[in-house]
Amino acid sequence: MTPTATVSNGNGHGDDTLIDCHINELHYGKFKAVRDVDLKVKKGSITAFIGPSGCGKSTVLRCLNRMNDLVRGFRLKGRVIFRGQDIYASKIDPVAVRRHIGMVFQQPNPFAMSIFRNVAFGLRLNRYKGAVEAKVEQALQQAALWDEVKDKLRSSGLSLSGGQQQRLCIARAIATEPAVLLMDEPCSALDPIATHRIEDLMKELKKRYTIAIVTHNLQQARRVADMTAFLYVDTTAGGRTGYMVEYGPTEALFENPQAEHTKQYIRGEFS
Amino acid sequence: MASGEIRPPGREVRAQSVDDIDLPSLERSLRQPRALFSYTMSTLAGAATILALFPLVSVLYLLVKRGVAALHLSSLSDLPPAAMALGGGFGNALVGTFVIVAIATVLSVPIGIIAAIYITEFGPETRTAAAVRFAAKVLTGLPSILAGVFAFAVVVLATGGFSAPAGGVALALLMLPTILLTAEQAIKRVPSKMREAAVGMGASPTQVVTWVILPTASPGILTGVMLAVARAAGETAPLLFTALFSEYWMSRTFPHFLPKTLGDLMQPTASLAVMIYNFSGSPFENQIGLAWTAALTLVVLILIFNILGQYLAGRSSD
Repeated sequence: MTPTATVSNGNGHGDDTLIDCHINELHYGKFKAVRDVDLKVKKGSITAFIGPSGCGKSTVLRCLNRMNDLVRGFRLKGRVIFRGQDIYASKIDPVAVRRHIGMVFQQPNPFAMSIFRNVAFGLRLNRYKGAVEAKVEQALQQAALWDEVKDKLRSSGLSLSGGQQQRLCIARAIATEPAVLLMDEPCSALDPIATHRIEDLMKELKKRYTIAIVTHNLQQARRVADMTAFLYVDTTAGGRTGYMVEYGPTEALFENPQAEHTKQYIRGEFS
Repeated sequence: MASGEIRPPGREVRAQSVDDIDLPSLERSLRQPRALFSYTMSTLAGAATILALFPLVSVLYLLVKRGVAALHLSSLSDLPPAAMALGGGFGNALVGTFVIVAIATVLSVPIGIIAAIYITEFGPETRTAAAVRFAAKVLTGLPSILAGVFAFAVVVLATGGFSAPAGGVALALLMLPTILLTAEQAIKRVPSKMREAAVGMGASPTQVVTWVILPTASPGILTGVMLAVARAAGETAPLLFTALFSEYWMSRTFPHFLPKTLGDLMQPTASLAVMIYNFSGSPFENQIGLAWTAALTLVVLILIFNILGQYLAGRSSD
């Protein structure tokens, strides 16, 4: 017997669904990492993935722009529909997918090049023909970093502080105006002040981009997310397989969780 | 006073406070075996260092002392003197060394770097990669004379004569493993989070390599190239079979030091290393003097390349 997901999706009409993620099984080699994740990411919203370590929330997030392709032995049974196309269909180019679904990582990872070239990187990738300077400034403005770096755009991206580096990475990701921004624990390496700035930034970015975020921090999910998915680890089958327990509007999930695991996790009853 | 119990009874009376207790001496004393051992070992280590420096310093001293004697501007620009003649220089050997090393660099650098990219980025676990790594490590220990014999068989016999490209092939064979292995290390040192960032931006594998990996690894790669060039420039044995030597400039037309046609390259070519080898065995004072000067020039050139390599390596750690 295996636990199953309780999905309380709120509204029934799926017009504003941007990503429809349906994972039956996800394997790394022989290891079954994730099963039964079924959720819709709504356009213009922030969707959070919460759950204990090893529950596969980062893995699920990385599925959404095929970053898992880099992992040897990765196999997916299921589909991820983005704008009507299954991004795991054989005719799909993963490189093209990643240009529309950007990613911000746990560790700030600017390139060893100038701040300007970091932000312009995606524009160059896409052979952007317009005014690169204006685009770079716009992205840095949106990432709330412009005022701090406008006088030193030529200095290395690695010379910035951790919080600034993460905002630089966000600026780099949004310079090409992707439809979706995936954020894998973007604040876990940052102090509370930098975390607060990134959270404000996410709420601001929500107006233009759809965001999916993995976080360890329940309060963070509660503060920023519109929808929240709770994942948990199933050890009944012998291994450690993550699965989705519950998915719904953040308020409802935190105030009135349906599943027993969710209740316990949110009350902090897991050791 | 619990500590008083372990003292001899006589002292207890005098020791009123901690300050009064007669403390063990903290001064360094050679009477202590540990201190004596430490002192001896320090002295030995210092002596070994000086001993290691001695050959280098004495070679440099001799080179400068003997080499400066015949050093004139003309020795860098003139042709080698005939047996009994005075003056002369090694201008053609200087040019020849540059040409042969340039050919070797053009051959070995692209192959070395592209192979390093393959074995790190595209097929690190493949059998090809394992074979290439093994071959490169074996090749690093290849006696340089064998590289000369190989180039003799492959180029000299095939083209029908000694030439600069034949010398270039021989030196390229010696440079290739150094370049490949240092480039592999440099590429491996690029943080994987940068690789991930580029992939996450939607960069294709080729773009990841050309836009992120190579620029980030370039100081390390350049260091390897510089060290390989410095080693190749000093090699004599592989050139004896391949480029041989020449008493003349490479070109028949002015300016004579610039090879202008393929024909200019396809003839025996002088090099500093072979010139030193030839003239050092000469019975004529003038030629021996020039060999010293040529040796000094070669060492200075190699030193410049080494310093350049170190400088580039230093920049990568910033």
